[in-house]
Amino acid sequence: MSIEIVAVSKRFGAVSALEDVTLDVPGGSLTALLGPSGSGKSTLLRVIAGLERPDTGQVRVAGDDATALRPQQRNIGFVFQHYAAFKHMTVRDNVAFGLKVRKRPRGEIAARVGELLRLVGLLDVADRYPAQLSGGQRQRMALARALAPEPRVLLLDEPFGALDARVRAELREWLRRLHDEMHVTTVLVTHDREEAMQVADRIAVLNRGRVEQVGTPAELYDAPASEFVLRFVGDAGELGGSLVRPHDLELLLEPLPGSVEVMVDRVTPLGHLARVELVGGDGAPLVARLTREQLQELELERGKILWARPERVYAFDS
Amino acid sequence: MPRLGLRSLALAYLAAILAGPLALACYRALEHGVSPAWRALSAPDTIHAFELTLVVTAVAVPLNTVFGVICALAVVRRRFPGKGVLNAFIDLPLALSPVVVGLALFLLYGRGGWFGSWLSGHGVQVLFALPALVLATIFVSLPFVAREVVPVLREIGDEQEQAARTLGASGWQTFWRVTLPSIRWAVVYGVVLTTARSLGEYGAVAVVSGRLQGRTETATLRVQERYEGFDLPGAYAISIVLALLAVLVLLAMTLVRPREGGV
Repeated sequence: MSIEIVAVSKRFGAVSALEDVTLDVPGGSLTALLGPSGSGKSTLLRVIAGLERPDTGQVRVAGDDATALRPQQRNIGFVFQHYAAFKHMTVRDNVAFGLKVRKRPRGEIAARVGELLRLVGLLDVADRYPAQLSGGQRQRMALARALAPEPRVLLLDEPFGALDARVRAELREWLRRLHDEMHVTTVLVTHDREEAMQVADRIAVLNRGRVEQVGTPAELYDAPASEFVLRFVGDAGELGGSLVRPHDLELLLEPLPGSVEVMVDRVTPLGHLARVELVGGDGAPLVARLTREQLQELELERGKILWARPERVYAFDS
Repeated sequence: MPRLGLRSLALAYLAAILAGPLALACYRALEHGVSPAWRALSAPDTIHAFELTLVVTAVAVPLNTVFGVICALAVVRRRFPGKGVLNAFIDLPLALSPVVVGLALFLLYGRGGWFGSWLSGHGVQVLFALPALVLATIFVSLPFVAREVVPVLREIGDEQEQAARTLGASGWQTFWRVTLPSIRWAVVYGVVLTTARSLGEYGAVAVVSGRLQGRTETATLRVQERYEGFDLPGAYAISIVLALLAVLVLLAMTLVRPREGGV
């Protein structure tokens, strides 16, 4: 089911959380709302869910105006950052909740819950309480619970934010596979650009309550529409007044036309690649990314003078 | 050992303030054998007094439980003008002397009072009758459920309730299936306190009851009546039954409640 957000604004007292936001989420897509904290991404997700009511504007689901509908009328699945598990219910009862309140037949509920518990790998712990689960298990339970009533739309609010890095990576991959199998329209809120890039097929970058740019991960990276997007979806440094990506910098031992003198400040090896921090003539910091071979060839060390030549620069009219 | 010192101090305090007087009351009640105590307890007026106390409690406790939970939900989950006033008013019965509560009811429902004349014109007798006893008891035992439930509601937050609503639950379903199970021990504890307070209320009830023996005399008033009638064993015996009722309520809660901090 597609979601259309049309000219939505929302204020909390004196703070403007969303300003005239318009965004289309195509049916069956996995769209990420990416932005720093306070950018309005969670508010936008809660507006889609009906947990917040917009001051102005419209939310349409599958073409129908849903702005005035209560959350329980929207047929959505919502996953909270801190799981929002029903603490007094077993894992099985948590997952069954959405079906029980819809008064589905017992047999149907048992079958659907069993199927979902198998899907999220929690069949063994089905009769435990949430307090007895790990963070990753709790979040998988929350996902199964949200999916049980077969929602038209799945909404995830920083779902992996409270988990450690390894579990987070696992769950991301798992979510991606799940989405490829189920094709339920999914909106994921995150402040982690790698998460957005890895999981989503479309990303909307939000900043201060406005949508800066919408596109595929590649489009955002290669053709950022603003300096904010450039800096937010990837590393960027300044060289001679223009913006460059680290991998677009070529480091030379001799000056060539178009190159700028720089000094090595710090070299950090990261497996196959190394991150080289440089200082330009004007004192501006700059980052380059080199392979291990390039690193050895250049014999880099702190204080060494080099010449940097950008293969590509970005310029925006502010 | 400072820990041992603290424990002895706490136990000594309890013994001096609680256990000592209770034991003394037991001793006094049975000092002259079982029969004077039994005579006082089996008197029809005493039995009626206990029945009346139980009826008043049976009305006041459910009403205050429902009202207390609604108040707590309003104070924690809703924003509305006058919320601060409501919050302060819930505590009022704790601050006000029960005698003042009784007098206020007297002024409202007495002859020439705001409601009194209208009600008596319609043939409803409030003062010196069951309604006044119930009103007085409700007033003094009002804060306990709300005061127990409010901090628990604050602590659990509203994320579970939001989750329930996104899963399709109506407001009513959310309350029964998610909110109430989360606050159930706070409600139980509030009910116990409300019950204990209702059983033991004296001041407010004394003002509005009229103390008609066998009609508007509750158990606590009966104790006073026996005491003033120089039937000390009787007064002590009734007191002890009242105390036992309170202990029974506390015991019931301890049995129902699982371990501390359980789910």
